[in-house]
Amino acid sequence: MSALSAPLRPVLVRREHASLPVKLIAPPVALALATLLNLGLYLLMGRDPVAVFHAMLLEPFLSWASFSEVLLKTGPLLLIAQGLAIGFRAKVFNIGAEGQFILGAIFASAIPIWFPEATGQWIWPSMLVIGALGGALWASFTAFWRVKLNANEILVSLMLALVAAQLLNYLLLGPWKDPNGFNFPQSVMFQSDAMVPILIPGTRVNVSLLIACALSLAAWVFMQRSFAGFKLQVGGLAPRAAGYAGFNEGRAIWLSLLIGGFAAGLAGAAEVAGPLGQLQRSISTGYGYAAIIVAYLGGLHPVGIAFSALLMAALYIGGDNAMVSANLPVAAVRVFQGSLLLAYLVAIAFVRYRFEWRHAAHGSSP
Amino acid sequence: MTTSLLSLRGISKSYGQIHANRDIDLDVAPCSIHAILGENGAGKSTLMKLIYGVEQPDAGTATWKGEPLALASPAEARRKGIGMVFQHFSLFETLTVVENIRLVVPRDKSDLADRIRMLGRDFGLEVDPLAHVHALSVGERQRVEIIRCLMTEPQLLILDEPTSVLPPQSVDKLFETLRRLRDSGVSILFISHKLEEIRAVCDRATILRSGRITGRIDPRDHDAHDLARMMIGRDMPQPMPALAHSGGEKRLEIVGLDHRPDDPFAVALSDVSLTVRAGEILGIAGISGNGQSELAALISGETVLPRQQSNLIYMMGKDVGALDAAARRRLGFAFVPEERLGRGAVPEMSLILNSLLTAHPFGLLKRGLVDTNQVKAFTEDCIRQYDVRTPGSEAEAGALSGGNLQKFIVGREIMLSPQLLFVAQPTWGVDIGAASAIRRRLVALRNEGMAILVISEELEELFELCDSIQVIHQGRLSPPLVTRDTRPEEIGRYMIGAHSTAKKVPA
Repeated sequence: MSALSAPLRPVLVRREHASLPVKLIAPPVALALATLLNLGLYLLMGRDPVAVFHAMLLEPFLSWASFSEVLLKTGPLLLIAQGLAIGFRAKVFNIGAEGQFILGAIFASAIPIWFPEATGQWIWPSMLVIGALGGALWASFTAFWRVKLNANEILVSLMLALVAAQLLNYLLLGPWKDPNGFNFPQSVMFQSDAMVPILIPGTRVNVSLLIACALSLAAWVFMQRSFAGFKLQVGGLAPRAAGYAGFNEGRAIWLSLLIGGFAAGLAGAAEVAGPLGQLQRSISTGYGYAAIIVAYLGGLHPVGIAFSALLMAALYIGGDNAMVSANLPVAAVRVFQGSLLLAYLVAIAFVRYRFEWRHAAHGSSP
Repeated sequence: MTTSLLSLRGISKSYGQIHANRDIDLDVAPCSIHAILGENGAGKSTLMKLIYGVEQPDAGTATWKGEPLALASPAEARRKGIGMVFQHFSLFETLTVVENIRLVVPRDKSDLADRIRMLGRDFGLEVDPLAHVHALSVGERQRVEIIRCLMTEPQLLILDEPTSVLPPQSVDKLFETLRRLRDSGVSILFISHKLEEIRAVCDRATILRSGRITGRIDPRDHDAHDLARMMIGRDMPQPMPALAHSGGEKRLEIVGLDHRPDDPFAVALSDVSLTVRAGEILGIAGISGNGQSELAALISGETVLPRQQSNLIYMMGKDVGALDAAARRRLGFAFVPEERLGRGAVPEMSLILNSLLTAHPFGLLKRGLVDTNQVKAFTEDCIRQYDVRTPGSEAEAGALSGGNLQKFIVGREIMLSPQLLFVAQPTWGVDIGAASAIRRRLVALRNEGMAILVISEELEELFELCDSIQVIHQGRLSPPLVTRDTRPEEIGRYMIGAHSTAKKVPA
């Protein structure tokens, strides 16, 4: 049998170099794919896909009021994702940023709850710092067990996120419940000095967005220019090379998790000291999980993450819009997020691989 | 002239920009041992993969006994009567010999065992069919691979660098087998870059250089020097003369080290002692898998001894057993590991960043940030001095050929001007020209007073480089043998353990 008669089949072939064009084009392609997929889904559900598309992807950018809400949501996503991306590049998979976010919110709330009469501009900065430390503390449990017992950080951090949610419930139903709150599971309203100052008058966007931008810049310097960041990347790409060069693996795990926890804790603190103004159960809306998607969609690169955080924030706002105007279920936003990550992971495979059309070899063995 | 068994005409194969094979014409006669000779990267393995159908050519035709041959797949090749023994064996270690062979030749077990014994008798391929593969030596495993190929009664057997894994004694035995096979009517394609071997066993040789054929000769009519010239296209450089030295200070000393690794498949080391002095090259010979990698990791600091085991490993006079790799490097230690990709270098990172891996303490950082200009200068210096063929310092390490990456890593480690340099497999996969440049460099450094430890499986290399050689066998180290007064056969006996049981070395 001649080789030429065999049918052509696509085969995945590894590229010699990672393709930069594919890397840049992968996120928009993933977004387009996920959009198409979801519009198809809405069609099946009997919704008008054009209306959903308009409400979900365009409306967030069309009015200043909704765009300012997008910016408000960008802050925590940006912070958490930058922190997580550093760990992900070291292949330390902190999946429990949600828990670290909650702990950040709890730690930060301790100040206004314990000292409701305190005044002064020192309050909100200390809340942010203490919140960040709280997040780092929560992440340190994961680091400790990973380094000491080689316990998988994905599982430990994820389960600790569930523990954190219960801790929040306990506090809000017990010791920290607002005595005048009609038995609602929420704390007292914080005094005004416990609130992060508003950045853009007339909106809810506050200074924490600036902090997130500054820390993004710091993340860029750390990952692209610093030796410590280089060591983390070597540990992620080639652990044996890190061992060969004498880069300590345990230190890399600690550093990765502490950075991730710090950033998530800061985001949690900024949330209670910002738009919420009190500790409530609804602080946990899945930012910590969405930030994982943001980090990957941004190519784990500080600049890419800035864009993907904005996009993901717009999706949150757009999803809310679509729920109201197009009668979409709550789960729709989650489905969109999930399919976006899936499409991106498929697209990103082509950075290292490409299709080659080959004649299929007849594979029968003797 | 009789019809050829296999004829190739105009075979070409490219991988991206690289032309691995260009316009190859090759004729293999019946009953012939035909050598394919060439440096690493000359295209030998690609050509063999094309013949065996693992890869498909971009252009060209093939005929088999006068009939057109589709180079479609290994299964097709086997049906026609072409067998191949790869450099890396593909046997299941937990199965017996006969079980392994049964996976390919589905037949009754006792039938098969008889046939294995018969082939063993006829061709000098003795191996116990009921033995488990993990208990076999490398030479025996190779025999199993050959027997497995012979089961399908091939007329052409391809052997990819078959001697690279064997001790000298087994090489002679393999050659005897090959001659017997030839006399029984099997042609053999024998890939090698070892010139003496080819002269000893082959009756035809085709020489490849950068993907093209540069010669078709009878190797028995030419001496090794001629062959080398045809292979590399110019005369071989002379080895660097080693200066006589008086014993310098001890830079590395291991005293009676016993080590049982956590990994149950790793080799335990027992009672390992060695000393490397300034101005001296010590070589460690041995067949791979006898504890070399375990020993290397203990010396490099990738494996750290538990704190209670002190006073076993000394570097520059300090007890370093409990120090990690970075701390040992700070004492003036540098190391070229056996694996380049993923250990000696990060494949996805540029050469610039790969310099940073071990050269960072040498002024390449400024307040914790990477000093890009300095690192770039260092990298380009290394590329120039060590003749690393690469499009530039921004190229990813994974995109370099094995030999060029090796040159880069060796260069990087030498540029750290260490007091103690440890090189595992210094010239593995490096072409002859570059290999001899690396060896000359090592000898020059020795003459300047560096202490050098080399682990190699190539005896010729160790004999060219080393002042003394110790042989590792099943985790034990022979006493040092002064190279000048030692013959390769003696090293060979230690390599297969014929010595270690006979006499116990006093501590």
